[in-house]
Amino acid sequence: MHAIEKILAKAAGKKTVKSGEIINCKIDFAEINDLYLQTVYSFYEMGGTRVWDKEKVTFVFDHYAPAPTIKTAQIHKEMRQFINEQHLTHHFDINCGVCHQVMPEAGIIKPGIVLVATDSHTTTHGAFGAFGTGIGATDMATVLISGELWFRVPEVIKIEINGQLQKGVYAKDVILNILGKLKADAAVYKAIEFCGSYVEKLGVADRMTICNMAVEMGAKTAYMKPNDKVLDYIRSKIDDKFVIYDTDPNYKFFESHVFNVSDLSPQLAMPHSVDNVTSIENVPPFKVDQAFIGSCTGGRLEDIKEAYKILKGRSLHPDTRLVIIPASTEVYYNAMDLGYVQGLTKSGATFASPGCGPCLGTHAGLLADEEVCISATNRNFPGRMGSTKANIFLASPAGVAAAALKGKITDVREVLKEVNEDA
Amino acid sequence: MNTIIRGNVHCYGDNIDTDLICPGRFLELKDPYEIASHALCGLDPDFPKKVKEGDIIIAGKNFGCGSSREHGVIAIKYSGIKAVIAKSFAKIYYRNAINQGLYLIYSERAEEILKDGDRIEINLLEGNIRNLTTGVKASCNKLTKGEIEIAESGGMIEEYKRKAKEMNKRLGL
Repeated sequence: MHAIEKILAKAAGKKTVKSGEIINCKIDFAEINDLYLQTVYSFYEMGGTRVWDKEKVTFVFDHYAPAPTIKTAQIHKEMRQFINEQHLTHHFDINCGVCHQVMPEAGIIKPGIVLVATDSHTTTHGAFGAFGTGIGATDMATVLISGELWFRVPEVIKIEINGQLQKGVYAKDVILNILGKLKADAAVYKAIEFCGSYVEKLGVADRMTICNMAVEMGAKTAYMKPNDKVLDYIRSKIDDKFVIYDTDPNYKFFESHVFNVSDLSPQLAMPHSVDNVTSIENVPPFKVDQAFIGSCTGGRLEDIKEAYKILKGRSLHPDTRLVIIPASTEVYYNAMDLGYVQGLTKSGATFASPGCGPCLGTHAGLLADEEVCISATNRNFPGRMGSTKANIFLASPAGVAAAALKGKITDVREVLKEVNEDA
Repeated sequence: MNTIIRGNVHCYGDNIDTDLICPGRFLELKDPYEIASHALCGLDPDFPKKVKEGDIIIAGKNFGCGSSREHGVIAIKYSGIKAVIAKSFAKIYYRNAINQGLYLIYSERAEEILKDGDRIEINLLEGNIRNLTTGVKASCNKLTKGEIEIAESGGMIEEYKRKAKEMNKRLGL
């Protein structure tokens, strides 16, 4: 069996499971974000009274934090009422950050757990060796009532990544490159395991970025075998015991792909699809109106640090605005302690409070007709960040910062050269 | 039980994502018909005006990719669309459709044999589709009577509600 199958088998109380089988799993943790008040309504309509386990359910107010409209304020209000009535142990209100960042920070995520959340980017938690998958509001209501959910055991696609990145190339470039090669439907209803020498050495933040975007290939879940960096991170948060499952040597993957990233250039997803990916050398220097660093893909401390290294002591291009939204309050604090927030603000960046921000087009930096945005986020579908007539390019946080500095799509490696010469 | 569905088709291609179906700015809406009044606004702003009750969407690969928002299914279902026929569906969209009672039907050749405005007949039990405008047939997946019953009653969500009511009755609540 694959490690993912072992996690599911344990959750289903079975010795073995095989791909294609429909099983009923006990859920270790369930998270609802503030888009899904429908979950609360459905919970009551379907006969729910108490959630199955008040320690295993949380709400995270991230997509509308703080509430941008009266309707969303009403959503928060009704959710807070439910949270109080149900006496939930955990709650993350508008002052916390994006669910996929705050849950690991709070020590909720550990290897071997089954996590469901009302967010497609729940694949992120494969970075910790957990089984994480996104579900809709009705499925979530049944989980709140029963603590269980049916799953189809997925086939697993192996993506082996070897090599060492050159300066100016990042984990985001790696996953964009894979997406461009394998395309947006490469893993529909399947799981992806990322492995190989590149992955084995990777830190927590980069692992999260890669697993986060597995869903852009249609993956149900992502998996990376936890390495020492992950274990150190988890042990810095909690003392709980957990199990790391190994994939059996004779396990047959549905498909295998091998990537070597040693010669990779910075990558860009061009409008209007995530898999419309090309190397920076092939892209004309389009003028950029807005640059955005943030979200569950690109709003971590490491991402803000890269922007700081590029923009420190310099000013944004006068025709370009840069919005930065730390993925969590913990990230925000750390970025302040290290002087990144002050430095970037001096360069002309606009900081907004932790949350999803404009990534899904609800608030905090939306785009007008015909505007061009370069973003460290995960999707560039028409209308994703505001006007359906806007154009969104996806890049690494460093690539975004380079574009904000020059006012146009720029090869970050050239900017890094300038930065080094100045220093 | 209606095991045969007939309707006019709207064709939309590959990778129709949830931001095209129901963008983020409409996620604060609760009324399903209000949500549906913006259905597919990112792709075809005229869709809500031209769609008729019982119409069918024909798509290619990976229909419904992107977000986990159930609004993506609600927008399509309450616009009047009875079924979406595609080569493949995104995983979360598929589960949400089962819960909401929107027929999602797999067919490799639907796109090939139908064009915008054609009339289609779907035989759910036998697993075939027919272009009533041209007469050309193709296969699709079969549904069981049980699956059709669940979809007709409004999806799994209505099934759960019905069960909850029965349980309360039995308990004298």
